[in-house]
Amino acid sequence: MNLGDLSTLLVWAAATTFTVSLIAYTVDMARIAEQAQRRVPAAVPARVGAGAGGPVSAVAGSADEAAPSRSRRAEGIARSTHYLGVALLLGGIVTRGLAAGRWPTANMYEFTLVGVFVATLVLAIVQRRRIIPFISVLVMGLSVLSLALALLKFYVEAEAVQPALQSYWLIIHVGVAITATGVFTVAFAASVLQVLRDGRENAHSHLVTPWSRADGLRQTFAGWAVTGPRFAWLEQVPDARRLEAMAFRLNAVGFVLWTFTLIGGAIWAEHAWGRYWGWDPKEIGTFVAWVVYAAYLHARTTRGWSGRRAAYFVFVGYAVVLANFTVVNLVVTGKHSYSGL
Amino acid sequence: MVRYRPEGLEDSFAAEADAPAAAPVAVPAIGVVGWLRWTWRQLTSMRVALLLLMLLAVAAVPGTMFPQRAQDATKVTRYLADHTTSGPWLDRLGFFDVYASVWFSAIYILLFVSLVGCILPRTKVHLSALRGRPPRTPRRFARFPAQGEGSSEDDPEAVVRAAAAVLRRPWLPLWPRYRVDVRDEGAGAWSVSAERGYLRETGNLVFHLALVGLLISVATGQMLHYRGQAIVVQGNGFANSVVRYDSFEQGTAFDPASLEPFTMQLDEFESRFDPVTLNPRDFTAHVTLTEPGQDPEKRTIKVNHPLDVDGAKVYLQGNGYAPQIEVRDASGKIAGGGKVPFLPQNQQYTSRGVIKVPSVSGDQDQIGIVGYLLPTAKQVDATTWQSIYPQPGNPLLVLTVWHGNLGLDTGVPQNVYELDESRMTQSVDANGDPVTLYVKLGETVELPDGLGSLTFSALPRFVALDLRYDPTLTYVLVFAVLAFLGLATSLFAPRRRIWVRAAPEGGRTVVTAAGLARGDDVGLQPELDRILAATLPETPDRPAGRRPDQLTTTQETP
Ligand code: HEM
Repeated sequence: MNLGDLSTLLVWAAATTFTVSLIAYTVDMARIAEQAQRRVPAAVPARVGAGAGGPVSAVAGSADEAAPSRSRRAEGIARSTHYLGVALLLGGIVTRGLAAGRWPTANMYEFTLVGVFVATLVLAIVQRRRIIPFISVLVMGLSVLSLALALLKFYVEAEAVQPALQSYWLIIHVGVAITATGVFTVAFAASVLQVLRDGRENAHSHLVTPWSRADGLRQTFAGWAVTGPRFAWLEQVPDARRLEAMAFRLNAVGFVLWTFTLIGGAIWAEHAWGRYWGWDPKEIGTFVAWVVYAAYLHARTTRGWSGRRAAYFVFVGYAVVLANFTVVNLVVTGKHSYSGL
Repeated sequence: MVRYRPEGLEDSFAAEADAPAAAPVAVPAIGVVGWLRWTWRQLTSMRVALLLLMLLAVAAVPGTMFPQRAQDATKVTRYLADHTTSGPWLDRLGFFDVYASVWFSAIYILLFVSLVGCILPRTKVHLSALRGRPPRTPRRFARFPAQGEGSSEDDPEAVVRAAAAVLRRPWLPLWPRYRVDVRDEGAGAWSVSAERGYLRETGNLVFHLALVGLLISVATGQMLHYRGQAIVVQGNGFANSVVRYDSFEQGTAFDPASLEPFTMQLDEFESRFDPVTLNPRDFTAHVTLTEPGQDPEKRTIKVNHPLDVDGAKVYLQGNGYAPQIEVRDASGKIAGGGKVPFLPQNQQYTSRGVIKVPSVSGDQDQIGIVGYLLPTAKQVDATTWQSIYPQPGNPLLVLTVWHGNLGLDTGVPQNVYELDESRMTQSVDANGDPVTLYVKLGETVELPDGLGSLTFSALPRFVALDLRYDPTLTYVLVFAVLAFLGLATSLFAPRRRIWVRAAPEGGRTVVTAAGLARGDDVGLQPELDRILAATLPETPDRPAGRRPDQLTTTQETP
């Protein structure tokens, strides 16, 4: 077995370990949900009148208390498999680099490995003290999905790269871009949770307020209102204000890295292609994502847009980041067609 | 102090916000000035900045969906040919030149006007804040988001001085965390007010101003730059002048004198390929560069390593073969040929080229020869050859021949890589099939129809060079780096105000403290607690401060 095969094996092992971790995180969250539902028996009526604070707003401190409803066993398994997976994946990335004789960020397969590595590492750091339900499940779910996609669809043999990629910028620019993507992933999960939690704290749900045109649809999904019993577990997560702060910090780190990606990319383009900016599809995608995240930072400080509404910008921004990685590499042709597919 | 805040900005120190809420947008005073003022106020508002940013993001997207002239003009032509109804409309609306279109320009120009209108007054305010003192300690602390209290046996002044020392404790050597101001409030009470994070606003302003600098540099570069593409064949020289370029593009303020009159010769071209995948591994052009008044110099150009000639950069953009060919006409006179660049079409460097032979003697037909070069040819069947490797292992030319009028004197510029066949006939054999010539390196073959002969005598390489001059590159880089540094500082430096008051009460000194941050700041209360703990080391009776929102929760039974 050569190094390249060993690398692939390690990545498969990491994917498997992460799958176990995902299941454990899900069990943990299900347990929390179940307990939370039992503890608030029908206290939250399916229909919360607008303006009624509901019983949910009085639990600001609960996130700090030790939550008795957690499953110790599941958390233990989730954590240890999570850490093991990160280590295996790191091994897979390092052996891949050794097999190819260069920095392992030169094609989509390698981008995905490193991106998942960063996302799971950041998740581990964010959760070093306490597991945050939902964020763990969402990030781990995305990671497992990405690894599977990488192994089954993006895989290419490890080999050296063409002259245009033979530059230390392959390490700086691409490495930072992928790191940013990994950080944005966790930030996105935090923002989603923030919006859910905010909806519950403020008894704000589109599913319980009249929505005349799609009333049938609304009724079908009424059980899924964030204010309803299904989302009682939201009371076990940090409050929206803390989640906002956490999402902002992660997004800010991601944004600074993204800015660096943009500038580094321009410098590299100046060396390799003879112009620092040429509205290549990848450049456009990076620019659009950058502007959307800049809009997010502005929204946070604009009256009437902070909090929940600002988080919507994160959803758009993250979608652009993902599309920039997938659609632009696979569908559009441009100067960045280095995906190896 | 000057007060200025963009309309709708909500990052002020939180408690100021419950001072008179931002005045509702007043109905504009009738008259032009009123309207103008109102419009300006709107344009420089946060809401409009937000809107323009989102518009900019949306407006940039069509550039990925439609082909763009600046990137690939032929694709646009093809698109227009395929979409005869929608195409012209899209064209009129600028969808094939998105980034130069009126609407895209309008958005970013408005955005930058808004930015300048927003940033200049803020800079002024910030500069005066930098010179001023931290705001005086408010009378009451009740409305502040972070609070704390304690007591001490020491006298108020000592307590406040101790707090000031804690607040002044440097972050980096010689760089205090807080700017501190101690005041005697009378009646035995003392207080200290402190503020940190001026760097946040500084960074933010630097960032925004750097963006303006960046835009100006880029626009200036657009006006002064030039860029040309040329093909240089091994053994041949290249003199840097506008006429020597195959394509040349220049800014509106371009000065032809800025073309540095150097000459360059391609001595050798090296390439390496992966033997299995045929992917390129290395390209190096070895050139001799002669700058005016200097000795010739040997230099190399590689991908990612352009050659710098007095501010102009020479990039290696492509490479291929330029087979050396001599064509003799029917009378045996050399009528055309030379080193003719053939353009690579695939990984194996199967290359396509055209040899135009206009200067035949007498009234003979002009000759046009089209075909392929196969660097390492391998016969597949009786009539098919294929290139299997990009290096010249077994070079073979596969050609067909046309004769008639090349159409070079019609006045319409011609593409040297295409043959205009409209006035030419192809040479055919007895069965009516086109005659195909197979010419190996060093061979001479007879052309059909008694047109003459062709010799394939050598196989030099060519490189496609891209030469670019933009005097603003340094400025672009400097502003980009400034923007980056400003951004990083502004995002990670918290802006906070802390007040500590000590007043005598019943023989003890009662200490109260409050904190305020710019925006929502979860780190504020912990910081206040830390400061109090460091100031009053032995306060057993009360845990340091609590946030008001926690005071109202059920855990806090009175
Ligand atoms: C090209 C256009 C612009 C871009 C790319 C941009 C980008 C940014 C970014 C990335 C930040 C985050 C830094 C931070 O949060 O400290 C920011 C903050 C800010 N921007 Fe802009 N901006 C633009 C235009 C404007 C305009 C037109 C205004 C005024 C109406 C403005 C006002 C502000 C303010 C007040 C902040 C500070 C927010 C805070 O303290 O957190 N910006 N901008």
